[in-house]
Amino acid sequence: MSYYDWLIQLAQTALVLGLAPLLSGLTRKIRARLLRRQGPSVLQPYRDLLKLIRKEAVVAENASWLFRAAPYLIFATTWVAAALVPTFATGLAPGAADIIVIVALLGTARFLLALAGLDVGTSFGGIGASREMLFASLAEPAMLMAVFTLSLFAGSTQLSSISAYMLGPGAGVNISLALALVALIIVSIGENARIPVDNPATHLELTMVHEAMILEYSGRHLAVIEAAAAVKLLLYLSLIACVFTPWGTAVAGAGVLAYAVGVIAYAIKLAALAFLLVVFETAIAKMRVFRVPEFLGIALMLGLLGTILLFVSRVSR
Amino acid sequence: MSLSSPCCLSQLAASGVGVLLALPVFGIFAARRAPGSRLIYAACAAVCAGLAGVALITLLAPAARLEPVEIPIGLPLARTFLGLDPLSAAFAVIINLAASIVSGYAIGYGAHAREPQRIVPFYPAFIAGMNLVLLAQDAFSFLVGWELMSLASWALVLSEHRSAENRRAALVYLIMASGGALTLLLAFGLLAGAQGGYSFEAIRRVSAPGVGPIVLLLALVGAGSKAGLVPLHAWLPLAHPAAPSHVSALMSGVMTKVAVYGFVRLVFDLAGPPAWWWSVPVLLIAGITALLGVLYALMEHDLKRLLAYHTVENIGIIFIGLGLALAFEASGLRAAAALAFAAAIFHVFNHSLFKSLLFMGSGAVLNATGERDMEHLGGLIHRMPVTAVAFLAGCIAISALPPFNGFVSEWLTFQAILLSPQLPQWVPRLLVPAIGATLACSAALAAACFVKAFGMTFLGRPRSKAALGAAETDRWSQIAMLALALLCLLAGILPGFVLDSLGAVTQMAVGARLAPQSALAWLRIVPIDLHRSAYSGLLVFVMMVLAAATTAFAVRRFASHALRRSPPWDCGFPDASPATQYTAGSFAQPIRRVFGSVVFRAREHVTMPKPGDTAVARLRVELRDTVWDALYAPIIRLVEATAERLNRMQFLTIRNYLTLVFAALVTLLIIVGTWR
Repeated sequence: MSYYDWLIQLAQTALVLGLAPLLSGLTRKIRARLLRRQGPSVLQPYRDLLKLIRKEAVVAENASWLFRAAPYLIFATTWVAAALVPTFATGLAPGAADIIVIVALLGTARFLLALAGLDVGTSFGGIGASREMLFASLAEPAMLMAVFTLSLFAGSTQLSSISAYMLGPGAGVNISLALALVALIIVSIGENARIPVDNPATHLELTMVHEAMILEYSGRHLAVIEAAAAVKLLLYLSLIACVFTPWGTAVAGAGVLAYAVGVIAYAIKLAALAFLLVVFETAIAKMRVFRVPEFLGIALMLGLLGTILLFVSRVSR
Repeated sequence: MSLSSPCCLSQLAASGVGVLLALPVFGIFAARRAPGSRLIYAACAAVCAGLAGVALITLLAPAARLEPVEIPIGLPLARTFLGLDPLSAAFAVIINLAASIVSGYAIGYGAHAREPQRIVPFYPAFIAGMNLVLLAQDAFSFLVGWELMSLASWALVLSEHRSAENRRAALVYLIMASGGALTLLLAFGLLAGAQGGYSFEAIRRVSAPGVGPIVLLLALVGAGSKAGLVPLHAWLPLAHPAAPSHVSALMSGVMTKVAVYGFVRLVFDLAGPPAWWWSVPVLLIAGITALLGVLYALMEHDLKRLLAYHTVENIGIIFIGLGLALAFEASGLRAAAALAFAAAIFHVFNHSLFKSLLFMGSGAVLNATGERDMEHLGGLIHRMPVTAVAFLAGCIAISALPPFNGFVSEWLTFQAILLSPQLPQWVPRLLVPAIGATLACSAALAAACFVKAFGMTFLGRPRSKAALGAAETDRWSQIAMLALALLCLLAGILPGFVLDSLGAVTQMAVGARLAPQSALAWLRIVPIDLHRSAYSGLLVFVMMVLAAATTAFAVRRFASHALRRSPPWDCGFPDASPATQYTAGSFAQPIRRVFGSVVFRAREHVTMPKPGDTAVARLRVELRDTVWDALYAPIIRLVEATAERLNRMQFLTIRNYLTLVFAALVTLLIIVGTWR
């Protein structure tokens, strides 16, 4: 691994962090416009974060050290996971982590978040943690099955290799690939607390999941958790972009121009995906909690079907 | 003879077991006083550490031939051999490492035993039995060790014999253990064949044709019942929690590994080359075991029973790896078989670390509060901070989350699953993706289960007076738990060293080894090829630490430092009582609704009084153990009905008895006569 690769890795790590609030701002803006509202500026999430970190943090009397440490650990884990998904260039920190590791890192962040929700000992924290883990128990295997489909195609679990394979002549329109894409989209919606699974803009609703877990957080702790949620959304969209629309992504060792093209292509892909996500969100109503396992179960079955089709079709080749 | 020569090492190991076998005699006297018990536990810790060291040298030594030592005790016609080959050495390292640390914990924890004379003498015998199974190089000493292990642990399960529940657990355990030992006896008998060479060396040479499938079946029943494969797991959640916690740690974390060793020894080493379809029953049972184990655990509110059910799940994961290894080996895909087998043994190692740690933590909690029921715990992170940290590490590790060790072995198993389209047969090719989905599901459910276990026990507000008055456990226990937590982390970030030391084992079991790992840049592990997959636990860990440090530094530098403690916000509900918290039951309720209505035929019964009526409203949940209902209950009914019939024979006249004796004699003579 050369210094050059490290530089790209560092740039990407900074990029995902810098772009994440902008992406949330963009989704909110698009959503407001679709609802014929003016909506806040796309820069509003940055202002919110700045406002939050300047405020005093109010911590419950019986909160433990875990409550105060969890936001940083959750953020760090999510950030590392996001930094490992190729955004504008592939060939990052080669061999450090593959896509299964990225899924598992998100699992670590979720585990800590659920524990933080239980720490103060309120009923809302418990409800959020319990439902989050229920959703995860279907969403995580669904994600892994989609990942398996992709890995079987490319013969690799490394995102760089999968991305390169998708660009190459071997990949075409394929039923398994389509199933994996649908599964991945459903999981992205579920895991990012978007409508119809959860509503990112609600409080005091019995259906709230993510918000219920972080109800006790305020000030700088809340800022870090909000930032982690924004980075997670960016991660899922980057993942879909990296695998299903690999065009324009710079390969390892390409020149400066290729990297510039990569950044522009990445920005366009993100904006397009954010637009599609919001259109879907505004077109659908929120689900009852016990409908969500069925929704996520569809993703799991699609992922499994895609994998089995691939296992079987490998015979003919 | 130099110290590192293989024969000398085998003798060292054998004499270590001899010391362990002698300790119970001293234990009978030593248990009368607390310092005596401490001394016995300390001796166990030292001997186990020594045995682990000897086994590690054997495992890593380049010496190709390891001569077993002959012991002049045993059956008159068979000879008794003890020794370490790579397979038994690997398991001996795993088992003695965990046993040594658990014995260190027992130095502190064992002092709380009410009747130490019921525990201290059997404890070294239990460890000696397990070591004897591993050292055995012939069927006779293997079975003697197996029975010693079973009986000693049975005595330990019965150590708190005044509770009827424990007596029932011990009875069920004894019956299952005898059944298991019987099937193993039959398996060895078949393998030895008519000539009856009972040393492993002789069995390998003879390899009777056609017995392989029957041996596989018998091994699945015999070793599987000890390990806890569904549907033979029924004794495990009864017996493991009934024992004192340091014994539970040994039974769940260590003894189940001896059972895995028994299976591996029989199927991979002695039964000859496998056929491809051997993998099918193994994979099916393993998949069901993994999923059912974690679902049982989720429904459980007793901390130690939850952990015991989780052992069932992890045994399922281990057998998934073993089943894949069988499938690959039968099809000649040796590199893939080595990967799957190494993944399984790595998980054996990991599970011995974190399951021992978690049982020790639950023991500390039990000691401090007198409670195993999570519905009566809570808030212990404030009162038992060290135990909480160690237990949290164990929870993250067992939930297969990076950067801890549980993730590495699951990652390796996933990599093995992704290689299975290479298999030429249709059946495993259709089965393996489903097994992969099962594994992914059980990993995610395990995370839910351990959020529940840690959250209900250590977080929130105390749900009982006992939890409110808890105090931190003793130093010995703390050090032992922290040591295991550290080992979990180290094995997670430096997996290459573990994989490299398993090279000789995979070579012996499936005839290939993984490429050397620990010399790769950033200590990453590359099972097949860098472009295919790689994981650097160290790099991921360093990145996580750097990211967390950067964030904390930035927040410290730029954010407000003001912090105010206030009553919880809880959406404005003031001063709620701890009873309003989520309980273990309410945490598991959504999962019970989604999965439990089929698996456990879960039903909720709500008794709602009429408006104006001041009677209490009640919610009762009914869960059925479908495996028990379908398999065990009919057997129990059958045995009872037969016993009832036979009971009549107790009240016959002397004439009737004489007639019966005469009839039996005639029948036997006729049989003997026609046999010729």
